[in-house]
Amino acid sequence: MLKARIIPCLDVKDGRVVKGTNFVDLRDAGDPVQIAKAYDAAGADELCFLDITASHEDRAIIFDVVRETAEQCFMPLTVGGGVRCVDDVRKLLLAGADKISINTSAVKNPELIKETSDKFGSQCIVVAIDAKTVSAPDEQPRWEIFTHGGREKTGIDAVEFARKVVSLGAGEILLTSMDRDGTGQGFNIALTRAITDAVRVPVIASGGVGTLDHLVEGVKSGHATGVLAASIFHFGTYTIKEAKTYMASKGVPVRLD
Amino acid sequence: MKTVIIDYGSGNLRSAEKSFERALKDGGLKGSVELTNDANIVRSADRIVLPGVGAFKDCRDGLRAIPDMWETLNEQVVQGGKPFLGICVGMQLMATRGLEGEETQGFGWIKGDVCKIEPNDAELKIPHMGWNTLDVEQSHQVLEGIETGQNGLHAYFVHSYHLAPLNASEKIATADYAQDVTAIVARDNMIGTQFHPEKSQKLGLALISNFLKWMP
Repeated sequence: MLKARIIPCLDVKDGRVVKGTNFVDLRDAGDPVQIAKAYDAAGADELCFLDITASHEDRAIIFDVVRETAEQCFMPLTVGGGVRCVDDVRKLLLAGADKISINTSAVKNPELIKETSDKFGSQCIVVAIDAKTVSAPDEQPRWEIFTHGGREKTGIDAVEFARKVVSLGAGEILLTSMDRDGTGQGFNIALTRAITDAVRVPVIASGGVGTLDHLVEGVKSGHATGVLAASIFHFGTYTIKEAKTYMASKGVPVRLD
Repeated sequence: MKTVIIDYGSGNLRSAEKSFERALKDGGLKGSVELTNDANIVRSADRIVLPGVGAFKDCRDGLRAIPDMWETLNEQVVQGGKPFLGICVGMQLMATRGLEGEETQGFGWIKGDVCKIEPNDAELKIPHMGWNTLDVEQSHQVLEGIETGQNGLHAYFVHSYHLAPLNASEKIATADYAQDVTAIVARDNMIGTQFHPEKSQKLGLALISNFLKWMP
């Protein structure tokens, strides 16, 4: 049976992990490669790097980080942040990423999804959707896409957009609720369910995890095939093993190898 | 012992190379691992690994674009009997035909087509992406010491098509995805895995190590 995936996500800026982590036994808690190795050993199912390096010139650093990680971790690695063209995707894949996550450019230039999935295969093209609730509390819920880390409103309906990128060749959707991100209040389940019901490809739920029950809800109620979290793992609130053991006790199939 | 991993532009092979190096070291085996796109180097190898990601036809075209490579593989694997491991689309290329997009001929080493997976549960997502356990249909040396079955170790899959072997004895293991998804095929000196051993942590390294020790 296929297992639900638990995916820690690291924000990397200029080659360093920004939010910081609380891992014990790491010589350098800001080194993404060391953190990746720790998560690999801890049994994470996949790892996600989000490069938030501001200037384009400094973005080459992420290639070295990806290269070193891929040489030392025998687990799938997704890399996103600032991916704008076919060549960005190619370079990250050649550095050793397994999947590339495309966010703002998928909105600005949806054709990029088609070009890159035709060229490299749908299996490595993830579209990262940042969605925010735009309906009033008494209305039928509606969500719109926001870009540039959630700062820019696009007016595009999130469910429609998900269908569109899948038809263009996206092999997976990484869905972040901007309403919940960083709140610790749990995933936006209605949004997650609306997207998972709308597309046939796997959906990773993200944004808002504060407790282990939230991870369970993402899979059981949101129908996500994977759950992504940052702070609860980085700050050592829970280990990957604790999260998986808890999920298993609630009837979510997980990998405990 | 020299193991070559064929590099024909299908994705990054650094992880694959490193995982084979790790398996050599962990298994206390002597030998080297080399990435190559040179048919002569394939001829000089003791073991051959064919990876592949993306679409069947693109992989086949990529491989055929290397002078003499297709012929060399046929000669070294079929006539030469060298231990061969195909990974993901590299495994699918062992089939007679691929049906992804347009119909495309494979090596034809394993009789059967590569067809779209169709789980008997409309809720299940495609691609089949993530970690799944293996159910063994035929015992095989590359699975030695690896816990299989529902409570066994997991392998990392990412694919929408799979190889359906016509000869049941060539189907070594399956994964359950509301249908039997072919996970491992084998025949004589050839083995193919639909999943990615180089991304499958414990199970993957054990399987690679078994492959490196395998004397078919």
